[in-house]
Amino acid sequence: MSIAVRNVVKKFGSFSALDDVSLDIPDGRLVALLGPSGSGKTTLLRIIAGLENADGGEVRFDGLDMSRRSARERRVGFVFQHYALFRHMTVFENVAFGLRVRSRRLRPAKDAIRARVFELLDLIQLRNQAGRFPSQLSGGQRQRVALARALAVEPSVLLLDEPFGALDAKVRQELRRWLRQLHDEVGVTSVFVTHDQDEALEVADAVAVMNGGRIEQVGTPEEVYRRPASSFVYNFLGNVNLFHGRVDDGTARINREATGHLVFVRPHDLEIARRATGANSLRVTVKHINAAGPVVKVEATTEWGAPVHVELPQQRLADLELNKGEQIFITPRDLAVFADGRRVS
Amino acid sequence: MVNAIPASFAPAVSESPLVKRLLIGVSVLFLGVFLLVPLGCVFAIAFGHGIAAYLASFHDPDTLSSIRLTLLAAGIAVPCNLVFGVAAAWAIGKFEFFGKSLLISLVDLPFSISPVVAGLTYVLLFGSHGWFGGWLSAHNVQIIFAVPGIVLATTFVTFPFVARELLPMMSAQGNDEEEAALTLGAGGWQTFLKVTLPNVKWALLYGVILCNARAMGEFGAVSVVSGHIRGLTNTMPLQIEVLYNDYQFVPAFAVASLLALLALATLVVKSAVEWRSAVLERGTK
Repeated sequence: MSIAVRNVVKKFGSFSALDDVSLDIPDGRLVALLGPSGSGKTTLLRIIAGLENADGGEVRFDGLDMSRRSARERRVGFVFQHYALFRHMTVFENVAFGLRVRSRRLRPAKDAIRARVFELLDLIQLRNQAGRFPSQLSGGQRQRVALARALAVEPSVLLLDEPFGALDAKVRQELRRWLRQLHDEVGVTSVFVTHDQDEALEVADAVAVMNGGRIEQVGTPEEVYRRPASSFVYNFLGNVNLFHGRVDDGTARINREATGHLVFVRPHDLEIARRATGANSLRVTVKHINAAGPVVKVEATTEWGAPVHVELPQQRLADLELNKGEQIFITPRDLAVFADGRRVS
Repeated sequence: MVNAIPASFAPAVSESPLVKRLLIGVSVLFLGVFLLVPLGCVFAIAFGHGIAAYLASFHDPDTLSSIRLTLLAAGIAVPCNLVFGVAAAWAIGKFEFFGKSLLISLVDLPFSISPVVAGLTYVLLFGSHGWFGGWLSAHNVQIIFAVPGIVLATTFVTFPFVARELLPMMSAQGNDEEEAALTLGAGGWQTFLKVTLPNVKWALLYGVILCNARAMGEFGAVSVVSGHIRGLTNTMPLQIEVLYNDYQFVPAFAVASLLALLALATLVVKSAVEWRSAVLERGTK
């Protein structure tokens, strides 16, 4: 089922949580709402679910206006940030809940419910935990139960609020891949909220980057990463070095003084050399070298004292024989210039 | 375990054994003088002339009528406060609305007001010279010095108990599970019965027990509105006073022993509830 959000506005008192937000989610996609806390991403998700009412605008499922329908009527599967499993029910009862509360006319027979629940428990690989209570499960297991519970009612769309937020790094990695696989198997249109750019870029078909109650950019992970539409997106989607600069005849120059243009360079887009190799080469002093991990992270400062972060392969560090306190030159291979938050070069 | 663990730990709070014993001794002594001795006294006097005399106390029609009246008052007040308490706790714990803090203070009002004052208020409202007294007597309705007044006073005095027990729990649990139930297609009533209520059932039971104990034991407010008509408007606590003032010590203490037993039963149920929730807690951790 496709989701269309049209000019949605939401205020909490004087705080504008969503400011004229529109978004199209085609059928069967897995979309991430990515943004820092307070950007309105969870509010948007809750409005799509019907758990919150918009002050203006509308939400359509397959072209049908849902604004007047309650969460109950929208048939969405919602996975809460802290799972919200029914603590007094077993895993089995949790998953069966959505089927058992149906009116007699629509309720499947006992055996059918049982079969459906075990089918889902197989899907989340927790068949042997059916009789346990939520508090007896690990965080990752609870998350999977919450997902199975939401899927049990065959929702028209699946909405997940920070689905991996409360898990540790390792489990989070596994669950991410598992969610992607699950989505490919089940195929239900899904939207998930996250503040973690890696998670959004790795899992989603499309990413909507949010900031201050607005959507800054929508695109595939590659699009938003390669061609950020605003300085905010560029900044949010990875580490950046920030310089002042200007554009002369279509060429960007890095300046020492503020000139109204901002130049963004990703740490891995900086070339390190012993000598200046171009017009944009800057002399920097190496302050710290961190060689733990797959890439080497070098911290340096420019002549005017601004910090610069550079990432380079281990091999390159060995070739350079770099030492702390040395003076070297950095040259951007790729850069982006923004004026007033918009990209100009 | 690789690291060696010392065989004995010093307790986190280390005080000399003398201080420990002194503190325990003071607590036990205090409880003994102010609780156990009076309690023992009640039963000692009640059974002072043998079991036959004790049982004979309950053949008095006035006493029997007072027990019936107490059961009736509690039987009406407790269910009323159960419904009110759940509704109030739900509203306060799960919703944000204008005047919420005022509602919380109002729920607590009966705790902070003297029961005698509460009783007097009802007399001023419904008594023959009260605000509604003229209208009520014109329509032949008697509230003060009759059963309705006793039920009203009991309900007023006991209404915070259920709400107060539920409130902290309902606020702490938040709305997540209710919202989850909603998105899974459950209606409001289903959500309440299958999600909200099971999550607070032990607190609810405890609240009802406390409410009931207070409803049966209430003296002040009921005393003002009752009029002390023997066999008609005396509840158990009032009947105890009447018997005591008539120097009928065995019957007075026999009735008192019933109330004391109620208190003991309340304690037992309370411990059982707490033990049960502790076990559940441990079993699920």
